Amino acid sequence: MRIIRLIFIAVGLVLVWQTIVLLTHVPPYILPGPVNVAKAALTHAGPLFDHAMTTLFEIIAGLLLGTLLGTISALSMIASFSLKRWLLPVLVISQAIPVFALAPLLVLWFGYGMSSKIAMAVLIIFFPVTAAFYDGLRSTEPEWLELAQVMNAKPLAVIRHLRIPSALPAFASGLRVATAVAPIGAVVGEWVGSSKGLGFYMLHANARMQIDIMFAALVVLGVLSLSIYFSVDWAMIKIVYWQKEETE
Amino acid sequence: MNNSTKTIAGHGKPPSAPSVILENVSFSYPGELIFRDLNFTVKGGQWTCLIGPSGCGKSTLLRLISGTLRENFSGKIHFSDGNSHTGRTAWMAQKDLLLPWLSVLDNVCLGSRLRGEMSDQKRQKAISFLEDAGLGEYSDSLPSALSGGMRQRVALLRTLMEERSVILMDEPFSALDALTRLKLQDLAASLVQGATVLMVTHDPLEALRLGHRIYVMTHRPAKLSKVMIPPGSPPRKPGDPAIVSLQAKLLDRLVGGGNP
Repeated sequence: MRIIRLIFIAVGLVLVWQTIVLLTHVPPYILPGPVNVAKAALTHAGPLFDHAMTTLFEIIAGLLLGTLLGTISALSMIASFSLKRWLLPVLVISQAIPVFALAPLLVLWFGYGMSSKIAMAVLIIFFPVTAAFYDGLRSTEPEWLELAQVMNAKPLAVIRHLRIPSALPAFASGLRVATAVAPIGAVVGEWVGSSKGLGFYMLHANARMQIDIMFAALVVLGVLSLSIYFSVDWAMIKIVYWQKEETE
Repeated sequence: MNNSTKTIAGHGKPPSAPSVILENVSFSYPGELIFRDLNFTVKGGQWTCLIGPSGCGKSTLLRLISGTLRENFSGKIHFSDGNSHTGRTAWMAQKDLLLPWLSVLDNVCLGSRLRGEMSDQKRQKAISFLEDAGLGEYSDSLPSALSGGMRQRVALLRTLMEERSVILMDEPFSALDALTRLKLQDLAASLVQGATVLMVTHDPLEALRLGHRIYVMTHRPAKLSKVMIPPGSPPRKPGDPAIVSLQAKLLDRLVGGGNP
C-alpha cells in the first residue's frame, strides 16, 4: 500500500512539473521538462552513476561513523556522570556553529576527497543520534529501575538489559532524523570543493548551462536519499520489534 | 490445580522465613513527616496485610523495607535472622513491570539475568513455573500478547523466581477485574506459602481473604491499628459469613481512623 502511494505521489509530481512547463513555455535552460531530463539522464547515465556512487558512499560512511560516535557518546554520558558534565556542553557548542560554515575548513583539513564530505555528514548526524539516544537512556521507567535494584542487579546489566532496550525507540527516531539530513552534509561538502559526487556534478553542469543534467542529478540524489531513508526506517522497525503494531 | 501449585511451592522454598522488625523508624519527604518512631514487626512466614487510605505511607513503608528508599530515614529495619537488606526481598507492584522486549520466559528470569546468574537450570525452573501456572504455551510470546491477568501472573512468577524469604507486594491485584483478582489471589496464596509477605492493599476483602494478620494504617505521621486476625487460613472464601462481618468491621476502622 505504501509503495503504491509513493508511486502515485511521484507520478503526480512529474505530471505537475510537465504541466507547468507546457503551460508557461519556460525556456529549457531555466526549467527543463521531465522528458528532457529523462533524456539527459539516459545519455549521461555513466557519469551520473559514478557520481551517485561517490555520494552514496559518503552518506553511508557518514551515517555509520556518526551513529557509532553518537551511540558511544550517549552511552558514556549515561555510564559516567562526571563525563556527562564535560561532554554535554561540548556537544551544545558544536551545534552552535552551523556545520555549513565549517565546510570550507573541513575541506582545508581533510582535503578534496571523500573524507571531508564524510566528516560533514558525521558532524550533522552525530548530534541528533546522541541527543535522542541519551534522552532515551535516561528516561527509563523509574519503577523498572527500582525493581532491578530490589533484584540486586549489576549496574552494567541494568544498562544492557533495561536502559539500552528501552532507549531504542528514541534512538530509532533520532537516527531517522539523522538519515533525512545526512545527504545535506555530503552535498554541501561536494559544493565547497571536490571533483566527484552528485553535488560536484550539479555545479559542473550548472556552469555549462546543462540544466537538464543538473535536474537529472537532482532526481538521482532524491531517489538515493529516499532509498537510504526507507532502508533505515525498515531496519528501525525491526530493531524495536515489540512496538510493531504501533509503527505500522 | 492444587497438585500443580504444590509442585511450585516445593521449589526451593526457604526453610523458615524471618520476621521483619522495624524499630523507631522515622521518615520524611521534604516538608512532610511520614513516619515518626514507628515500631512494627512483620511476622515471619505469614501473610501480613496493610490497609489504609491513599497516601498514608503504605508504599513508602514497603520501599523502606526493600531498601530502595534510604534518604531521610532514621531508625532500624532488620530481619530476625540477620541484618542485611540486600538480597532479602522480592518486589511485586501494581503494574506488572514486564519488559515489552523480552519474552514471557525471559521476563520470569529477569532477576537472574540482571545479576548475571542466568543458567540452564534457572531456565528449566522458569519453564516449569510457567507450565504449572498454565502459561506454558506463552513462554516465547511477548508480554503484549497477554491479557492483564496473565501478565500479572507472569509478574507473580518472576517474584517467586527470586526465591526471597520476604515478599513485598504493593497493591498487586488492584488493576484487575474482580473475577481475575479472586483467581490470582488464590494462586498467590498457594504459591508463596512459607514466605514472609507484606502486602499493601486498599481492598478490605482482599486483606481478609489473604492476610494472616491485618493492620489498618492511618494519619500522618502514620500509625498502625491493633492487629486483626481473621479466623481460618488463607485464601478464605469471599462469601464466608465471618469474612463478610469482618469486612464491615474493617471498613469501620478505616473510616474511624484506625482505632478499634
